[in-house]
Amino acid sequence: MSYTGWILLTASLVGISCGLVGTLLLLRRMAMMADAISHTVLPGIVVAYLLTRQLSGVHMLIGATAAGLLTAVLVQWLHNRGVQQEASIGIVLTTLFAVGVALIATRVGNVHLDVQHALMGEIAFIPWERVDLPGIGSVPEATVMLSVVLLLVLLLIVAFFKEWKITSFDPALAASLGLPVALMHYVLMTMVSVTAVASFDAVGAVMVVAMLVTPAAAAYLWTDRLSAMMALSSAFGVLSAFAGYYTALWLNTSISGSMAFCTGVVFVVSFLCSPKHGMIAKRLRPARQ
Amino acid sequence: MMAALSPNAQWVLFSTLILGVAAGIVGCLAHWKRQSLMSDALAHAALPGVVIGYVLAGVKSLPFMIAGAAASALLGALFVQWIRTGSRVKEDAAMGIVLSVFFGFGIMLLTIVNHLPGGNQSGLDGFIFGQAAAMVRKDVWMMAGLALLVVLVVAVSFKEWKLFLFDPRFARGLGLSGRWMDAMYTALLVLVIVVGIQAVGVILMAALLIIPAVSARYWTHSFGRMLILSALFGGGAGVAGTLISVKGEGWPTGPFIVIAASALFAVSFLFGARKGLLVGWVQRYIRKRRDARILDGNRIRRDERLPRTISEAERVH
Repeated sequence: MSYTGWILLTASLVGISCGLVGTLLLLRRMAMMADAISHTVLPGIVVAYLLTRQLSGVHMLIGATAAGLLTAVLVQWLHNRGVQQEASIGIVLTTLFAVGVALIATRVGNVHLDVQHALMGEIAFIPWERVDLPGIGSVPEATVMLSVVLLLVLLLIVAFFKEWKITSFDPALAASLGLPVALMHYVLMTMVSVTAVASFDAVGAVMVVAMLVTPAAAAYLWTDRLSAMMALSSAFGVLSAFAGYYTALWLNTSISGSMAFCTGVVFVVSFLCSPKHGMIAKRLRPARQ
Repeated sequence: MMAALSPNAQWVLFSTLILGVAAGIVGCLAHWKRQSLMSDALAHAALPGVVIGYVLAGVKSLPFMIAGAAASALLGALFVQWIRTGSRVKEDAAMGIVLSVFFGFGIMLLTIVNHLPGGNQSGLDGFIFGQAAAMVRKDVWMMAGLALLVVLVVAVSFKEWKLFLFDPRFARGLGLSGRWMDAMYTALLVLVIVVGIQAVGVILMAALLIIPAVSARYWTHSFGRMLILSALFGGGAGVAGTLISVKGEGWPTGPFIVIAASALFAVSFLFGARKGLLVGWVQRYIRKRRDARILDGNRIRRDERLPRTISEAERVH
């Protein structure tokens, strides 16, 4: 496959997995947890690097997933001890991220790992770091990792679709039915962390937030069905990835930045034009008496 | 300690002190409006404005960049408001959207500017993580002036803020315009954020608004004292973080200020006099002891009950 093809494929994989996970986050009103986890993945990666002195996929994945889960646990713990939910997200997010940046500045400080890269990603370099897969040939490492993550996420969501639906829309009912609500919360947090770290290398932390929150919010304006919302949100993610790539090419600018920007454009279009919840439709609809 | 620092470092120290104080005070307002993460969204949203301000001015001029940052952060606040009221998307998602899309746009612009001739030396990257050392004396004066303005505004209208935050209906009854106070609050928040991004950076600026206020809450129940404590914590974190960051070559200021603030939070969380963990444990321990004593008393009384049989009576005597 061509250079452009690999980039588009990788970004689309990010769009689909983020779209699926983001839908669940949005319905549980935990969009800002996406912000928190995608930032705190950084210290996880830095600590994993300091311990093993290598930047391989597996170490990063473990370190970052652990950091993501630690974030979820810490936020919950502080919240249980009387800190406002928002404030506890803010405290954990900024503290862990600051630790990550400070560690990079003081301990690492080399070309392999820099903050700029972590924030904005370097999707342009992805097609060059390849691994050989038996039967398929040489494939970029990030693409392989993202495919595995997407499969995992898809499997978890399809297998427990009913459970996700109930715990998202009516947690009280789910608890009274005996569903493990807390466990599902932490499974979701793990999915967010794994998705964030796999996407991290490709598109960077902030772009992960954009892909997790914005397409899901746009899809929320078009449909009331969970399955349709997930499909739409993934489609919006892929659309933004394509549009973002070509915009970046045209303006000669950051690919992940313009992908994030394009998710915003998709949202604005939905916000204005959605038939049921859009601004224009609301204006045109006669006022109910 | 001051004597060991270069004159420039002393200026920087002074500015982060004032900034911390202002952020601590406005953070208290945000805390009671339950809008902690709004500061995070607005700080990220300021980035495109910084770059546009740089492009318009042609050189790195702080007033232009601050004006740009303020305009784009205000636009972000407006968008959050608009999404929240105009659609069924909730506030948390609206903040996530504004944060990531504005930041993405900012990165786009930043990359374009860095590709321009001479753009690489613009020092714009410093706005992402904060590079207080890059400030010159003129910048420090401006930052300090704006931060002092924020402190003054809150101090002068302290009573109004208290009323507005804790009993908005009563405030309206007294003729205080809620809309005006809301606008004022957003203006103060944006002002502190744009003043701070030069020193702390857009990503970590939220910490300076959130952490001192939450820490202060552990020491007092009074709003006035909380404001003062939060200002002290913010200023202390600013000074401590700056002092640590000047020890290394090219170390960013922002992360160290945040880590200092977090350390203060950890201390307050553990040892705070009002809601701290330790106080909670001690209170629980005392209650347990008291309960145990009462139980013991019952047991003694049970032992002293009258003998029920003759053989029992003989054993006792």
